[in-house]
Amino acid sequence: MSARKTERLLNLVICLLATRRYLSAEQIRRTVAGYEDLGDEAFKRKFERDKEDLRDLGIPLETGTDSTFDDEPGYRIRRDDYSLPDITFEPAELAVLGVAARTWQQASLGSAASGALLKLRAAGVDIDDAVPVAIETRVATSEPAFEMVRQATADRRVITFHYRTRDTTRHVEPWGLVSWHGRWYLVGHDRDRGDTRVFRLSRIVGEVKAVGRRGDVEVPDGVDVRKIVLQMVEDPVRISAKVLVRHGAAQGMRRRALAVEPHGDGWDLLDLPIAHAERLADEAMGFGPDVVIVEPAEARAAVVARLRALAAAVDRTDA
Amino acid sequence: MSGATDQLPRLLSLVPYLLTRPGARISDVARTFGVSEDQLSRDLELVYMCGLPGYFPGDLIEVDITASGRITVSNADTIARPLRLSRDEALALIVGLRMLADLPGLQEREAVDSALAKLENAAEEAAVASSAVAVEIDPPNRSPDTLAIVDRALGERRRLHLTYYVPARDETTERDVDPLRVSVVAGRSYLEGWCRSAEAVRLFRLDRITSVEILDLPADPPPDAQPRDLDAGLFQPGPDDIAVELVVGPAGRWVSEYYPCESVEELPDGETLIRLRTPDTRWVRRLALRLGPTGRVVAPSDLAAAVAADATAALDAYAAHGLAD
Repeated sequence: MSARKTERLLNLVICLLATRRYLSAEQIRRTVAGYEDLGDEAFKRKFERDKEDLRDLGIPLETGTDSTFDDEPGYRIRRDDYSLPDITFEPAELAVLGVAARTWQQASLGSAASGALLKLRAAGVDIDDAVPVAIETRVATSEPAFEMVRQATADRRVITFHYRTRDTTRHVEPWGLVSWHGRWYLVGHDRDRGDTRVFRLSRIVGEVKAVGRRGDVEVPDGVDVRKIVLQMVEDPVRISAKVLVRHGAAQGMRRRALAVEPHGDGWDLLDLPIAHAERLADEAMGFGPDVVIVEPAEARAAVVARLRALAAAVDRTDA
Repeated sequence: MSGATDQLPRLLSLVPYLLTRPGARISDVARTFGVSEDQLSRDLELVYMCGLPGYFPGDLIEVDITASGRITVSNADTIARPLRLSRDEALALIVGLRMLADLPGLQEREAVDSALAKLENAAEEAAVASSAVAVEIDPPNRSPDTLAIVDRALGERRRLHLTYYVPARDETTERDVDPLRVSVVAGRSYLEGWCRSAEAVRLFRLDRITSVEILDLPADPPPDAQPRDLDAGLFQPGPDDIAVELVVGPAGRWVSEYYPCESVEELPDGETLIRLRTPDTRWVRRLALRLGPTGRVVAPSDLAAAVAADATAALDAYAAHGLAD
């Protein structure tokens, strides 16, 4: 945007805020500085682009007519719609606002956060009055798909993308984005599967395309995207496992055990609530010779098979 | 450099900002708006050319800059209020505040709630879209009291005694810590503090604090003890860190998403070479065991040998309990 364009748009905003009546394109052309010396077509194109730019900035440009006798629509900006309502903050509130804004530092909403603070300052709020707080929060948005998915979710547009899991192209009605343990998940209606699905943004390969119109996506009533993601990532505890652990070892498992009994020979027997046999096998593998799974048998068999494969692979390397 | 596309929204905030602060210093205003003083001068020159149609002297915005660098703006009633928050702006602040509201036991809770209510009220429809973006923080329910106690010690500037589980070494440790800050990064909350045993600033994940107690001693960290710069990353490799290379198959690719890696390289046959640096390789040894045959340690070589020895010893342990079949 050139300085001349900025100047023209600023004059346009001032003029449309000052008018109570709707101004036709022709009236705007005659009165607002920056549209003179343009042919009809050139003016039309320029004015269309300018309207678009104002709307993109979130300026509520209104279209309408003052009387039914006007055959041409006019434009104005209602001050009430334009202006940030009166707002004041206490020093303690300013402190947490500052923390909230810094959350996005180096992430995709960083400039939106600082733009918001500037508007609050412009409304007379003095952020510098904040009392210091000893807390800092950060959210990363390193997934390349984040920004496109977020925009489409806000615009309620259907998206399509390539997903690494099962190497498929998906068509999704996005409902919301949830960050869990620093990773972003998209929740939506998967049109290909005809059901609710959760996607990990880091597994979206290449570009995300928005298809269809804004507002096409209807989020069903009562959908709680956080709950949907948590249900997927946090499995409920279902099974009770029996696990032998060496004295003093596997503190991580001991902390979760319901009961610990001495088993003799330097071992303890733990009663451990778990979600999945598979996940217990993963965890037990990490403790190497310090943990022996007694049951479930399938977890034990999985660990023994993996240990054998590991030992055999290394034997081959040595040979 | 601020792109010219940012100029109009900046001007629409700059004018009301200056209207409420007559005589503001050029240097302060430039800093607040994150632009150079030259750019600010260009902004003001542009504003000075704008006003109500007619564009006679009485219609134009007046900008007065004194020799000592103080700015006063007048005759700009139409744009005397800033533009309301955009959808993205409301989202950024509201989601950030909701994160704080989800932290149990935070002393600032009341301020968070009231700031949130004011902001939601001011942003109106723009606030509605914010529920589509949420950040979950661990641990919301596992250790609800830990944060409250840590937060209180920070407020009262008192020393803490921690029992802390270190998974990399599978050890529970006891230590005294002078708290510096609570940091929430990548969905986890940490206490940053001066560890009196390590004599260094250390990071303690709240869900790994087994017990915490406020001591009857003032926190007394050395003056140069600072919490880390979160924008440089939570885990910064040190000069003495050991370089580790892992090769994983498709089933082990999650490792590159889960741990801070230096580089991730796709190999033929669907394998991935992961390079990372760490001060303590014990957790890598556990990781390699856990990956089982879907991943292997390439370097350092003694680590690869240790993993194999662990696997053999583990098989012996199963056999000793008659559970190897």
